[in-house]
Amino acid sequence: MADKVLMKGNEAIAEAAIHAGCRHYFGYPITPQTEIAAYMAKKMPKIGGTFLQAESEIAAINMVYGVASTGYRVMTSSSSPGIALKSEGLSYLAGSDLPALVVNVQRGGPGLGGIQPSQSDYFQATKAGGHGDFRMIVLAPASVQEMAELTVKGFELADTYRMTAMILADGTMGQMMEPVALDDLVVKPAPEKPWAITGTKMQRPHNIVNSLSLVPEELEQFNFARYERYRYIEENEVLYEEYMMDDAEICIAAFGIAARVSKNAINEARKQGIKVGMIRPITLWPFPKEVFRRAADKVNSFISVELSMGQMIEDVRLATECKKPVTLCNRAGGMIPSPEQVLEAIKKAAKGGEN
Amino acid sequence: MVVFKKPHALTDAPFHYCPGCTHGIIHRLVAEVIDELGIEGRTIGIAPVGCSVMAYNYFNCDMIEAAHGRAPAVATGVKRANPEEHIVFTYQGDGDLASIGMAETVHAAARNENITIIFINNAIYGMTGGQMAPTSLPGQVTQTSPYGRDTNHCGFPIRVCEMLSELEGPEYLARVTVNNVKNVNNAKKAIKKAFQNQIDGKGFSLVEVLSTCPTNWGMTPQKALQWIDEKMIPYYPLGVYKDRSAKEESAK
Repeated sequence: MADKVLMKGNEAIAEAAIHAGCRHYFGYPITPQTEIAAYMAKKMPKIGGTFLQAESEIAAINMVYGVASTGYRVMTSSSSPGIALKSEGLSYLAGSDLPALVVNVQRGGPGLGGIQPSQSDYFQATKAGGHGDFRMIVLAPASVQEMAELTVKGFELADTYRMTAMILADGTMGQMMEPVALDDLVVKPAPEKPWAITGTKMQRPHNIVNSLSLVPEELEQFNFARYERYRYIEENEVLYEEYMMDDAEICIAAFGIAARVSKNAINEARKQGIKVGMIRPITLWPFPKEVFRRAADKVNSFISVELSMGQMIEDVRLATECKKPVTLCNRAGGMIPSPEQVLEAIKKAAKGGEN
Repeated sequence: MVVFKKPHALTDAPFHYCPGCTHGIIHRLVAEVIDELGIEGRTIGIAPVGCSVMAYNYFNCDMIEAAHGRAPAVATGVKRANPEEHIVFTYQGDGDLASIGMAETVHAAARNENITIIFINNAIYGMTGGQMAPTSLPGQVTQTSPYGRDTNHCGFPIRVCEMLSELEGPEYLARVTVNNVKNVNNAKKAIKKAFQNQIDGKGFSLVEVLSTCPTNWGMTPQKALQWIDEKMIPYYPLGVYKDRSAKEESAK
C-alpha cells in the first residue's frame, strides 16, 4: 500500500500524466482547470519536459497535434468554452489517427456561461467533438483517485487505438481535494509507433501524417476502418461501476459528481426500504449499453441524474430501448443536484410516478 | 556528365501546380537547400491548406499536413518534441499564414520559435479559385473583390515581414521573389540562411517569397512574372527586414 497524498483533482491529473510518461503539455488558462497548467509549468522544466502556454486553445491543440505526430505522449487541458475552440484540432487528430489526451474540466454553458461545475458537454464529448465521423474515448472520473487512474488509462487507450482520449471531469472534480495513491499506478509501456514523424534518418520512406483524402472511395475506406476499430473498442473497453444493483427496482444512471451525490441518496433510500441502485458509466464512450440493456429487464424504472438539461438520458433510453421509463433528475448552469433532490426523485419513482 | 538532376529531397511525384505557377521553383529551392545542408533525414515539413496542401507528397522528408493556418503551432510541437534532432519547416500561403493563421504566425515569431517558415505570397487564394487574400493589392480584382479591392471597405494588404520586424522575437525576416534568374539565386540564399539559422539554434526565420498565380490573376505566365516587378514589388519591397545575428555581429 503506497503512501497517500492530499491533492486537488486537477493536480492529480497533472501528476498522473507525468507518471504516465507525458513530457509535453500545452494549454491556455481557463477556470476551473488552470491548476493543471500551473502544476505542469512548475514540474515540466525540472524533468526535462515541455510546458508551453499557447496563444490560444486552437494553438494549444495544434501543438499537441505536432507532438502527437512524433509519437511522444502529449496532452492539453481546458474547460468547456476552451474545448469548443479545440474542436478543429480534435477532428484533425481523429482524421490523422493520432493519440492524445485531452482533459475537459467542465463548467456551465452555453457561451461564456459560468465557472461552476457542469456536465453539459456530454453531447460534445460523446457525439460531436468536431466535424466529420469520429469518436473519442471519454472517461468520467468520480474521485480524485480516479482522476489519476483514468489519466494513465487515457494515455494507454489513446496509444493503443491511435485516437484521442478525453477525461470528462467537472469543476467539482477538478477543485476538490482527496487522498490519492499515485505510486500504485501501473503504466504499461507505449506500443511501437512506426507511423511516427521522427525524421527518415535516410533509412525508410517518408512518413506522412495527414487527414486529407480527395478520392471519396478512399476516404470512405478510412472511415470504415476507423469505425471497425471503434466497434472493437465498444466490445472491449467499456468501464462502469454497479452499486446495489442486485435487487434494485429503480436504477439511477449517473457519472462523475452526479454519481457521488446519487450514492448518498441511494444509501438514504435504502434505509427507507426503497430498492434502488446505480449504474455509473466510467467510459461515456464507449457507453455501457449492455449493462443498461440487461438492467432494463430487471428494474421498473431509470432515473438519469445529471448536471445538464438531460444529455446522457438519451443514451440511457437508447441502451434500454425505452423498455422502462427513464426520468431526469437534474440541475443546470453550474448547479449540483442535492442528495435530497435525488432522494425525492427516487421516492417518486418508487411510487411509480413520473418525475 | 550530369548537368541537371532532381534534388534528392524531392520525390518523383509530379507537381499538380498550374502552368507558370512558381510554387514548383520554390519547392525545388527548398529541396536543394535540404540536400546541400545534408539534413533530409532529420527534417520534418509541415504543409498548409491551400495550393501547396499536397506538398507532403513532394518532399522526401517526413511530412505533416496541418489545419488551415495552424502550421506554426504544429511546427512548435514537432520542434519542442525533439529540439536537438528535428529540423522543422512550414510551407504556407498568404491566406494560411497571414489571415486565418496570423495569431499562430505572430506568436511563433514572438517566441523566437526555432523553426523555418517559407511564406508564399501570391496575393490571392489560389486553391479555392481566386478570392481576395490578406495580401491582395489595392484595386486587385478577385472573385470576392470583383470591382477591385476597395480599401475603404476591406482594408489594406498586410506586409508580413515589416509587421513581424517590430517584434523582439524573430531572428531573420526576408522578402524575395523568383521571377528571374537573379531573384531565384537570391531567394535560394535567403532560404538557405533560414535553415542554417535553425541548425545554428538562432531561432525564428521566415522567408516571404513573392510568387505568381497566372491562373487566378488571369495572365500568361510571362505577364505574371512581369506583374511581380510592376505591381507586387512596389507594395512589397524585396530585402532583409531583420537579421539579428548580422546586426549583433556588425555592432561588435
